[in-house]
Amino acid sequence: MAMSRRALLVAGAGVGAGALAACGSDTGRGGGGSGAALSQWYHQYGEPGTQQAVQRYAAAYKKAHVTVQWRPGNYDQQTAAALLTDSGPDVFEVNGPTLDQIQGGQVVDLTDLLDGVKDDFNPAVLTPKTYKGRIYGVPQVVDMQLLYYRKSLLKAAGVQPPATLDALVDAARTLTTSKVKGLFLGNDGGAGVLGGTPLYAAGLELVTEEGKAGFDDPAAARTLGKLRRLYADKSLLLGAPADWSDPSALLQGLTAMQWCGLWALPQIKQQLGDDFGVLPFPADGGQGRPTVPVGAYGAAVSARSRHREAAREYVKWLWVERTDYQEDFALSYGFHIPARISLAKKATQLHSGPAADAVRLATEHGYAQPLLWTPAAQTAYQDALSRIIKSGADPESELRAVVRKVSGELDRVKRTS
Amino acid sequence: MRRRRVLWFWVFVGPFAAGLALFTYVPLLWSVGLSFFDAQNTVTPTHFVGLDNYTAMLRDDAFTGSLKTFLVFTAFIVPVTYLLSLSLALMVNRVRRARAFFRSVFFLPAACSYVVAALVWKMSIFNGVRFGLANTVLDWFGGDPVAWLSTTDPPWYWLVIVTVRLWLQAGFYMILFLAGLQRIDPVLYEAAAVDGARPGWTVLRHITLPQLRATSVAVLLLLVINAFQAFDEFYNLLSDARGYPPYARPPLVYLYYTALGQGQNLGLGSAGAVILALIIAVVTVGQARWLRLGRTDADG
Repeated sequence: MAMSRRALLVAGAGVGAGALAACGSDTGRGGGGSGAALSQWYHQYGEPGTQQAVQRYAAAYKKAHVTVQWRPGNYDQQTAAALLTDSGPDVFEVNGPTLDQIQGGQVVDLTDLLDGVKDDFNPAVLTPKTYKGRIYGVPQVVDMQLLYYRKSLLKAAGVQPPATLDALVDAARTLTTSKVKGLFLGNDGGAGVLGGTPLYAAGLELVTEEGKAGFDDPAAARTLGKLRRLYADKSLLLGAPADWSDPSALLQGLTAMQWCGLWALPQIKQQLGDDFGVLPFPADGGQGRPTVPVGAYGAAVSARSRHREAAREYVKWLWVERTDYQEDFALSYGFHIPARISLAKKATQLHSGPAADAVRLATEHGYAQPLLWTPAAQTAYQDALSRIIKSGADPESELRAVVRKVSGELDRVKRTS
Repeated sequence: MRRRRVLWFWVFVGPFAAGLALFTYVPLLWSVGLSFFDAQNTVTPTHFVGLDNYTAMLRDDAFTGSLKTFLVFTAFIVPVTYLLSLSLALMVNRVRRARAFFRSVFFLPAACSYVVAALVWKMSIFNGVRFGLANTVLDWFGGDPVAWLSTTDPPWYWLVIVTVRLWLQAGFYMILFLAGLQRIDPVLYEAAAVDGARPGWTVLRHITLPQLRATSVAVLLLLVINAFQAFDEFYNLLSDARGYPPYARPPLVYLYYTALGQGQNLGLGSAGAVILALIIAVVTVGQARWLRLGRTDADG
């Protein structure tokens, strides 16, 4: 087994070299497997064992010879560039596909793969992979972000777990001492990781169902102004050696509360035991509701693949039929919620403690970034949010400019379709 | 005989010319071509849009803002690097002992990768927590920890960017100045001493600086081009998985996100790159004219 895994790696390297020379080959693997040769790309997962697991799944597929490429670095950029050429992957996971990829015909329609089981996929993460009723990516696992807090630190400061944004601002200020900060929202003060989350917490949304900017509302400016207060109060941890996606800041006692991902839960639990709890991003204002962002990497098929049918069949086999592998992938390495509702219900790891809280939050308060929220819209919004938080820019005028830019983007993508 | 010369010419020059054409000129011209098309997610676009990409880029506040920021940055970093590397060269040139040692010590950072240096600055020297090097020093004097890269008021991030750039670049330009200094004829200094010029400012002003003219012009040109092409240390200091903050954003970083990030708008990105290239060309040509590049020191 070890031998064949190594052979697989060598074959993978061969494919990489082929891609560099821009001359991929259909028959590069004499004697290995039967049927077509497919290449499958994953981004680099941090949890040990994930790579071996996906290679094991690929090796178990008999109808085609699948080589796995494990790609460190900026994965989104790598796939975007590879999709422009003939030497890209056949099957790849993608934090999307993006609307531009779908409209540009770069990814293949996978709708019929989900016939009969479509309702078993978590709708929150399936919707952003659906455009005009057609599905372009099969969700692999659900990821989410949430607020972790140290119970002991809150108790010592006499602070209740905050249920509103105002309470969060107050709590963060109270918890801040000369050694420990109250809250960690990332080294940029939260503009990057929070994104649209505060808008949803204010009862708004990024893009409405009619395809308009969903935050053209005074409540948006009010809510984002409160994030500025967190920064101005000096309650935020900034410049930590590891950014928000890593639980180190919370574990090293640099902060009492931290915004992080569900993936960090096993590590936090191992080090802090029972001394932590999880919360959603708290509601703000009369229309507000608690909220957590959810997302999913999806398996997609490149339209440039020479073996589109074989690639589709493989996606169906792995991400629709083989529920045992899907369960293993979601729960054995790090911590994710299975994208299939039936599997999530079965998973005993998700039945108690903070893990159960997290699943409940994702089910009740989860929102996923809409497909129509394009990268250009995201950049404009994130820049404005950063200026509001860090430079104290006026939220109303900043948001007005963003609404203008986003409306332009939405018009553009509607024209293209 | 002549045919053999032609043959050997192509044997030696051919591979380089082919490489240059394939990896520099073809992409360059391709990019100029893309800038006139609606090239979203494609390098073989079909929808010609004329100058739309150019007007869109010039109307884009984020892009023009980054150009302005970089004019200011250039106006600051160029003289500072120039003065620092010149002072280093003058000092190293004067030491009698261990000159090679000092020369190497100051030059070594130039061999360090921008990425590595940026990470050292970001994660160990200027990290925002209390055990970062800069904050530890502040703590000795009773100061509160500063989040160097996250604070916009005052803009401490410039301190980090400028120091890492100086550390990386000063040594390289120092070597250029040292070479220039060693080409100055010692007779000139002797003559000046005979004529009663005091060592120090007078000699520097009337002998050393005029004799360094050619070197200075070259150094200034390189510094200006380098400042406009800034990318590595900015990207590694300030970007995170979610993008790049809206301040201290070099034009190239912005274009990188527009064209090569998830945006994949290669038309807009190419138009921006052409605009940036034109600006660099205009500034460089203007500067060369103004500094009279190409004249020898004797003409000066």
